[in-house]
Amino acid sequence: MSGPKTGNGAAKASLWPLLGRRAGSALLTLLLVSMVIFAIAGLLPGDAAQEALGQSATPEQVAALRHEMGLDQPAPVRYARWLSGMMHGDAGQSLVAGMPVRAIIAERLPNTLMLAGMTAVLAVPLALVMGIAAAIRRGTWIDRAINLASLSMVALPEFLVATVGVLIFSVKLMWLPSIAMVSAEASWSDTLRSCALPILSLTVVVVAQMARMTRAAIADQLDRPYVEMARLKGASLSRVVLGHVLPNCLGPIVNAMALSLSYLMGGAIIVETIFNFPGLASLMVNAVTSRDMPLLQACAMIFCSAYLLLMLVADMVALLANPRLRAQ
Amino acid sequence: MDFSRRAMMLGGLGAGLTGYAPAFGKTMPKRGGSIRVATQSVSTADTLDPAKGALSTDYVRHYMLYSGLTRIGHDLIARPSLAERIESADRITWHIALRRGVHFHQGGELTSADVVFSLLRHKDPGLGSKMASLAEQFAEVRADGRYGVNIRLTGPNADLPAILAQSHFLIVRHGVDRPDGNGTGAFRLAEFKPGIRTVTVRNPDYWVPGKPYLDRVELIAIPDEVSRVNALLAGDVQLVNAVAPLSTRRVEASPAHAIATTPSALYSNLIARMDRLPSGNPDFIAALKHLIDRPLVKRALFRGYATIGNDQPIPPFHPYYNPAIPQTALDLDRAKWHVQRGGFQNVRLPIFCGPAVEGSVDMASVLQEYGARVGLDLAITRVPSDGYWSTHWMRHPLSFGSTNPRPTADLVFSLFYKSDAPWNETGWKNPRFDQLLLAARGETNEANRKAMYGEMQQIVHDRCGSIIPVFINLIDGHDRRLQGLNPLPMGGLMGYQFAEHVWWAA
Repeated sequence: MSGPKTGNGAAKASLWPLLGRRAGSALLTLLLVSMVIFAIAGLLPGDAAQEALGQSATPEQVAALRHEMGLDQPAPVRYARWLSGMMHGDAGQSLVAGMPVRAIIAERLPNTLMLAGMTAVLAVPLALVMGIAAAIRRGTWIDRAINLASLSMVALPEFLVATVGVLIFSVKLMWLPSIAMVSAEASWSDTLRSCALPILSLTVVVVAQMARMTRAAIADQLDRPYVEMARLKGASLSRVVLGHVLPNCLGPIVNAMALSLSYLMGGAIIVETIFNFPGLASLMVNAVTSRDMPLLQACAMIFCSAYLLLMLVADMVALLANPRLRAQ
Repeated sequence: MDFSRRAMMLGGLGAGLTGYAPAFGKTMPKRGGSIRVATQSVSTADTLDPAKGALSTDYVRHYMLYSGLTRIGHDLIARPSLAERIESADRITWHIALRRGVHFHQGGELTSADVVFSLLRHKDPGLGSKMASLAEQFAEVRADGRYGVNIRLTGPNADLPAILAQSHFLIVRHGVDRPDGNGTGAFRLAEFKPGIRTVTVRNPDYWVPGKPYLDRVELIAIPDEVSRVNALLAGDVQLVNAVAPLSTRRVEASPAHAIATTPSALYSNLIARMDRLPSGNPDFIAALKHLIDRPLVKRALFRGYATIGNDQPIPPFHPYYNPAIPQTALDLDRAKWHVQRGGFQNVRLPIFCGPAVEGSVDMASVLQEYGARVGLDLAITRVPSDGYWSTHWMRHPLSFGSTNPRPTADLVFSLFYKSDAPWNETGWKNPRFDQLLLAARGETNEANRKAMYGEMQQIVHDRCGSIIPVFINLIDGHDRRLQGLNPLPMGGLMGYQFAEHVWWAA
């Protein structure tokens, strides 16, 4: 009796250093990302001063503005200055908008989180239901229908999904707005209505991948002897799936979910463009075209952090759900 | 509706005064209403500072909040606005008498101090004014009493009133480092979020009696053209600019919406660098000019929403247009003759084009096709928009450029064709042209001035490597209930100044 108990306790104790190592490597990754971003952005033609003044700039104007923005200093100095600012939680001043990066991001981040959150609330249960239904009805018409649906969803480019959605629901039927106007004053129902099409488009894009991964993971478990044993003992199918199979394949499912959700944070650029949604992805594209380095880096750090955080959560869930993983 | 006919009508001066929503007939202007407007460009660089305006949302925003000393009419002639009079005997020293009793939104009467401050700030290199190079000609700007301003230029320039009408020279309150929307314009600022939206409300104390009519204008940007047109058709916005020629049919098919087209001096030109070879060879340039099927470009690329050009930047509806220059047309035999005479049969030359310049990729393809028929090997090099202006424009023997409408012939010639101009795109030098350009600025006899501009057009047409197949119309789309829109060739959306003039008839 005591053997397994201590074993379990040791496994629990070893969870924290494991997570600590993960968090440490995540921080290191963030640092590397910021360096890569800085280096690559340096390769882009022109800089913020040139982009701000545009086609009509004279060399003297560019030089003056470059000095004002501090762009005439060597890149390592600029990078070090930015990094030390970040250590103190100060993302710096936007070169283009002339306001703190933090203020610009504070305007957009809630929008992105809201869009990603609402999409997740819709997409995750939908994907689970689709995946489980397909797995337990393997080979039937339900499985084939879900398979076909998710395959075609994967194949459809999101600009097509979003544009067709707008054409049908906004232009033809006039049920939903074609652009997502989010503002702090709008009521919840207004916001929900305004974001309905972006959320639906994103759901279509992410749900298919999640559903397919869920089906694969559950189908894999259903073939195991313990499932047969449980069924022979008289457990109902729903009880076997929910009580035995699902916890066992939680790791891979949560991993697939985390991957898809991290896409919602940063990869939603096409949907943001089509619906004119004031989110982080379009902000980052804007930062690239205007060569606004502090803003660009802040956005990149947020996307990278969100990705790493989601992966960390997925790993933790997997570790908690499956103690065997901790031994490795 | 017959658009080419309407475009021709607008070619005649004064015809521009006819409205653009003829299906509804004339209604009387009416107070009230709130509209949402979407333009095509937005950025976190959106600004409340007129000097820094660079995008269409900036121009619209600035014209709503601030007023200028002068404003340009539908006939492209500048008229007094905040200035009651603007006079000069020698075109060097100018006197401006300001309108009295005009107040800023946040209080305080407009005085000469505001005007002096607003004009001189463009000379500060740290500001990054888009008009810094033009402001260099302000030798002195000085107050003359509370309501008078004297301007002395470095040389004569008859076009000062037109220059002052540009949005960049709108008047801000004296002493502000960063203008915050406090102007004398028709609307007051209610909300400004760079890169997201601007909301303005009617200024009840606007100095133009009875105007504006609208209570509220919300300005957003939808950069994606398809989404912009969809938003209009779905009723989410009531006015959009930069509708693609292909989308006009969708808008016209909707009974509730209409297209408003403005012939303009906007052009996309092929630039042959004259300081390089082979693009600098006159035979090469002549061959290119005869390889362009202008009616095809107008019909196929712009669906007829364009005016045929003749390799010089003054459009046919401009007061100084010279109609005597023979039109260059597609002539493969002549092109072939020039190609052979110059010995260009075996030269492979890239043409740099891309989405940064409207129509450039298609124009390059047409050129490549016709070029192949006369033994000219042109290679299309498609490059991305990002960084186009700093890395490709004017940097290769053959590239495309794009020039927005300017208020005067002098401006477009000075900025793009003068030998020492920073954007002398083709790198050409023509002493006679430069001499005429300077002389025309000081010429007081209007007939002589017109003759001088006529000769300059002839010289550019004959000698310069700037190839201008068509002038592109600006196309707006609007809800039919929005009335009072009149084309103004300085830009779409009524030269970006619609807000003050339109009304909501619902």
